[in-house]
Amino acid sequence: MFKKVTTFSTVATVAVMLISPISFARESIEVVGSSTVYPFSTVVAERYGRSTGKPTPKIESTGSGGGMKLFCSGVGTNYPDITNSSRRIKLSEFKKCQTNGVKDIIEVQVGYDGIVVANSVDAATMNLTRKDIFLALAEKVPGTNDGELIDNPYSTWKQVNASLPDTAIEVLGPPPTSGTRDAFAELALEGGCKKIGWIAAIKKTDKNRYKAICHTVREDGRYIEAGENDNLIVQKLEANPSALGVFGFSFLDQNADKVQGAQIESIEPTFESIADKSYPISRPLYFYVKKAHVGVVPGMMGYLKEFTNERAWGEDGYLAEKGMIPLPTKMRMDMASKTMSLVPMTGKEALK
Amino acid sequence: MNNRSDTLSKIQHSLTRRNRAEARFRWYGRCAIFIGLLAVAVLFFDIISKGHGAFRATYIKLDIHYDPELIGINNLADNEQLSAGNWQALSKTALRNKFPDVSGRQDKRRLSKLLSNGAGFDLKDHLLANPQLLGKKESVWVLADDDIDTYFKSWLDGDAYDARMTAKQVQWIAQLHQEDLIALKFNSNLFSRGDSREPEQAGIRGAVMGSFLTLIMTLMLSFPIGVSAAIYLEEFAPKNRWTDFIEVNINNLAAVPSIIFGLLGLAIFINFFHVPRSVPIVGGLVLTLMTLPTIIITSRAAIKSVPPSIREAALGMGASKYQMVLHHVLPLALPGMLTGAIIGMAQALGETAPLLMIGMVAFIVDIPNGFSDPATVLPVQIFLWADSPERAFIEKTSAAIMVLLSFLIIMNTSAVWLRKRLERRW
Repeated sequence: MFKKVTTFSTVATVAVMLISPISFARESIEVVGSSTVYPFSTVVAERYGRSTGKPTPKIESTGSGGGMKLFCSGVGTNYPDITNSSRRIKLSEFKKCQTNGVKDIIEVQVGYDGIVVANSVDAATMNLTRKDIFLALAEKVPGTNDGELIDNPYSTWKQVNASLPDTAIEVLGPPPTSGTRDAFAELALEGGCKKIGWIAAIKKTDKNRYKAICHTVREDGRYIEAGENDNLIVQKLEANPSALGVFGFSFLDQNADKVQGAQIESIEPTFESIADKSYPISRPLYFYVKKAHVGVVPGMMGYLKEFTNERAWGEDGYLAEKGMIPLPTKMRMDMASKTMSLVPMTGKEALK
Repeated sequence: MNNRSDTLSKIQHSLTRRNRAEARFRWYGRCAIFIGLLAVAVLFFDIISKGHGAFRATYIKLDIHYDPELIGINNLADNEQLSAGNWQALSKTALRNKFPDVSGRQDKRRLSKLLSNGAGFDLKDHLLANPQLLGKKESVWVLADDDIDTYFKSWLDGDAYDARMTAKQVQWIAQLHQEDLIALKFNSNLFSRGDSREPEQAGIRGAVMGSFLTLIMTLMLSFPIGVSAAIYLEEFAPKNRWTDFIEVNINNLAAVPSIIFGLLGLAIFINFFHVPRSVPIVGGLVLTLMTLPTIIITSRAAIKSVPPSIREAALGMGASKYQMVLHHVLPLALPGMLTGAIIGMAQALGETAPLLMIGMVAFIVDIPNGFSDPATVLPVQIFLWADSPERAFIEKTSAAIMVLLSFLIIMNTSAVWLRKRLERRW
């Protein structure tokens, strides 16, 4: 009996060794990238698979940066076809794509995402400005004289702004690896930072110093990195009514009985205020397509068509129901026709 | 005399102290066990109280008319017609007929939101399985939307969560409830479907199949390799610095964090051998690397526990060393090796970290049927659901944890049982 077992497993081992070096022709689309776009692209993938009966695209949540790295590694079925991103492709990434043979990239902006600062419904609603957020969370804040920076001395919101309640500053938010954190730093912290005249002036002379001042978050325990799991932040806010949390709009939308969004410059985060861009902390969401894979990997056009369909990304579409904020109608129409005719990026876009 | 009574009183004096120390020590032990049990009880209570709801889902009873005109088909065998058919209209029309006085675009949309958006496809599958129904009417329990499910369950518990409901929807549900047209039924989707972004349609079948395929792959590779390595090291290898070095390394490997094996797998299998990402083959290869040290160590222990007299008897009867090992030592050591393999597999079943690097942490809807289909595994499914914004995924997460725990309990009990049943004492 034992002989049989050993022979069988030897055969199995050899068989596996033989199969492995061969690269498989792929049946399904591979998508990687941002964890913010992930909940939306997964819905599209599922709808596409279910309505056509074709294999459902496989979607990995690797983060925007990780996705770009995989996407730009090369052309061929070993590399992903599409990458999602919660920010625009960077110039360095675009160049890397070009050197690795990924020449034609189709850029599709899909909608917006709002970042909310929320607290428990048991506490009073906060009305913050971006400047308040910057002063409360930055590592260094302006001192009494222009050009002077001191370690952040504020420990309560009242010290930051006399109209705010006298509660301790305690903010739960995403870690630096997260795209949400990047966007929060860029839109909320920098947005408040540049309201301070002399810091805004630095931007022209010393860009790196400006970014260091505006984007660096304090590390004395007032800003608590709560991991990538936004559900966890919601739970912690529920348990601690004096704390604030930073996360994506869709989590606020789903947990309206537990948490409430703070008003930013008197604008409440709602579906409408993010769509018309009056809510200041919102960011565009994208995905990027390898043109060389269209027609090689089956179903690429079908997936693009499903994503850019009105019933998906339109104002009443199912992505809106999942918490994505749609593009304005005109822009959406243009984007859809541009995508379906596979117009690639020229390389002349104003990339950062 | 005096001396003796001195000693006696000393002993008596210290006896109570020593007895007290022993009693205290016993209580420490009991406390430790109590704390351990309490932790397990709290864990189970938390998971079960959160997850028991997921085994039932809300369904709404509707009179469906399988009207070929409404769907826009005339031939059930024509695939193109089938995929272009307006299947959602079946359930939507039935619902509108149920509430004829609902008017206005907004209200109509809210009404159709009562049902899962997969309801139409479910009806399509049902019709394809029963083609005689075309053109006929039938009462069908149709799957409700996850928001409705969450609301209905919380409402039955007396603590209604209506933040994502409109007043009209609440009223409709109340009316349906009065007419006994809405009810909780066994959630078969949980066990028959793959992942989905709609909580009411999400199931663990894909992840269970993925785990199964990955573990088969792992077992097929790691057991023969691990056992051969153990036999060679125990029975044939000379004892010198080289074998000592190998032994130290194997013990070290057993303690390496599992994410490292993931990175290794990414570098070797995916980047060098071009094995596709996210498939059970590559998952099995990586988990093989991870479980090998465990299997080698337990197999060596099992071989060591076979008494030397057996070996000497076999050799004395003229058996060759190969015959001695294969005919006598191995069969006797096998129960111990199997136990080790099962424990190694149970460990592999619970791993997510090494799979993160090789693309098995992904959204995969289709149920994998072979070693080269994209797949994910149970713990990854739990992680993905725990991370989803939809409220209804909370109970799904706990339900998936229950399933994973029951697999682990089965595997570990069978290891204990195997050992009790097959082990021989010398």
